[in-house]
Amino acid sequence: MKAARRIAGRVWLAVLLLAVWELAARTADDLYFPPPTEIASAVRELWWSGPASRLFLSDKALDDFGPSLTHLLVGWALAAALGIAVGVAIGLSRVLAELFDPVLQVGRAIPPPTLIPFFMVVFGLGTDMQVATIVFGAVWPVLLNTVDGVRGVDPLHLDAARVFGLSRTTRLFRVVLPAAAPKAAAGLRVALGFALILMVIAELMGAGGGIGAHLNDAERGFRPVELWAGIALLGIIGYVLNGIFLLAERRFIGHHRERQA
Amino acid sequence: MLEIKALGHTYADGHRALTGIDLGLERGELVCLVGPSGCGKSTLLRCIAGLQRPTEGTVLLEGQAVERVPDGLAVVFQDYTRSLFPWLSVRDNVALVLRRRGLARAARRAAAEEALEAVGLAAAARKYPWQLSGGMQQRAAIARALAYRPQLLLMDEPFGSVDAQTREDLEDLLLSVRGDHGMTILLVTHDIDESVYVGDRVVVLTGAPGSVHTDLPVRLPSPRDQIGTREDPAFVALRAEVGRAVRRT
Ligand SMILES: Nc1ncnc2c1ncn2[C@@H]1O[C@H](COP(=O)(O)OP(=O)(O)OP(=O)(O)O)[C@@H](O)[C@H]1O
Ligand SMILES: [Mg+2]
Repeated sequence: MKAARRIAGRVWLAVLLLAVWELAARTADDLYFPPPTEIASAVRELWWSGPASRLFLSDKALDDFGPSLTHLLVGWALAAALGIAVGVAIGLSRVLAELFDPVLQVGRAIPPPTLIPFFMVVFGLGTDMQVATIVFGAVWPVLLNTVDGVRGVDPLHLDAARVFGLSRTTRLFRVVLPAAAPKAAAGLRVALGFALILMVIAELMGAGGGIGAHLNDAERGFRPVELWAGIALLGIIGYVLNGIFLLAERRFIGHHRERQA
Repeated sequence: MLEIKALGHTYADGHRALTGIDLGLERGELVCLVGPSGCGKSTLLRCIAGLQRPTEGTVLLEGQAVERVPDGLAVVFQDYTRSLFPWLSVRDNVALVLRRRGLARAARRAAAEEALEAVGLAAAARKYPWQLSGGMQQRAAIARALAYRPQLLLMDEPFGSVDAQTREDLEDLLLSVRGDHGMTILLVTHDIDESVYVGDRVVVLTGAPGSVHTDLPVRLPSPRDQIGTREDPAFVALRAEVGRAVRRT
């Protein structure tokens, strides 16, 4: 009962907006603004009409999100590894920080999509170009947040680590990294959102296949409902990825959050 | 074992915290440091621990100048709430520092639990520091330092946040472990009774900039006893003497 009320409390506005949208779209009867029920059934038709053994995913679903999501996750994981490794190094060393500062300031100011034409020349159309775009865009929030987190380690914690003779590696893994983890995680979450955006942009610009290609097809074939379906699908994917990330974050560094509560 | 020569410290902002400190500690001695707030007691401990380089003078440990954090040193920081690692359970906070003693993982955990039991925290071993009260955190920090079995133990107002009964228990615990492992201890306290009760010597610092005002030997029979020692006329006389010295600073 209580849980039901909580859920109701959280979704009533969304339901209301959908209802208003539905009504407005049906009244207006405009080809470009289909009602949400039509969009939902298009989503089901296009991607969720497959056999039960495949979680109802259709062939088109496997084609559209299989490679896209794989590229997204590979790109994000590479960005995470690179961002954390470089971020920790820069956060710990004043020399490296001063050396890299101009590079970082310029690098993060470059809008990642502008590099797509360049990556197309270097890597051609396809996977490598898409992954490179995602890595380049997603690495900044991870890197900058990790630097921030490492610099923000409580000096008394470092004093305690030194006094009790912790080795450099122990200090890194047991003191510096856990202390920096909440900030780094915030960076990783932002990076996940960027990765999704860049995945689509790369596909729209011709990475070949994926949801971006579906959007291009729908646009060229003049099928607004399918266009809307693609947009809705991206929203759902972003929401689900973020939800999974939050669960993992709570699982691994939950005690940091509770400390503030 | 520890020798401080003409030590002085001026902070970067020009504040002169300490000046002309000469102080020596014999091996196994327990010396209490008292002095008004802000007279530089914590600064002195940080210089001894090698966490901060004094602007004047030297600290010698076993005849060696202290330039970095020396081996076999433990500190109970004044700011105990910030000195424990919030991402580790209380037990793991203690176990972490036992790597230095070369114990295997299971042995470290066992030793950590034993140390926590000694300060009355056995039941809280699996909690995180932020789940404990201030006094419990302070005891956890003490357990961590004692479990480390240092040769030199620096304690900065380690019993400030615990109730009177626990405080007496901790004082007696300190007196007993010190006999077991022959540690040398330098303890900062605001409590004059405590300084006389646990100390072999009481050193009184003057107000800012801090320097040694009085260095009083405490000649009371051991083992000490919370009731008996405190009513000993020698104890009462010493307490009065330290009190007068603190007042004159
Ligand atoms: N990092 C710093 N920069 C400038 N001044 C400082 C710094 N740390 C401490 N001081 C000053 O040095 C003086 C001595 O400080 P310290 O913490 O050693 O005092 P204390 O004797 O431990 O005091 P308390 O009994 O209140 O703990 C104080 O006046 C303080 O303001
Ligand atoms: Mg102090």
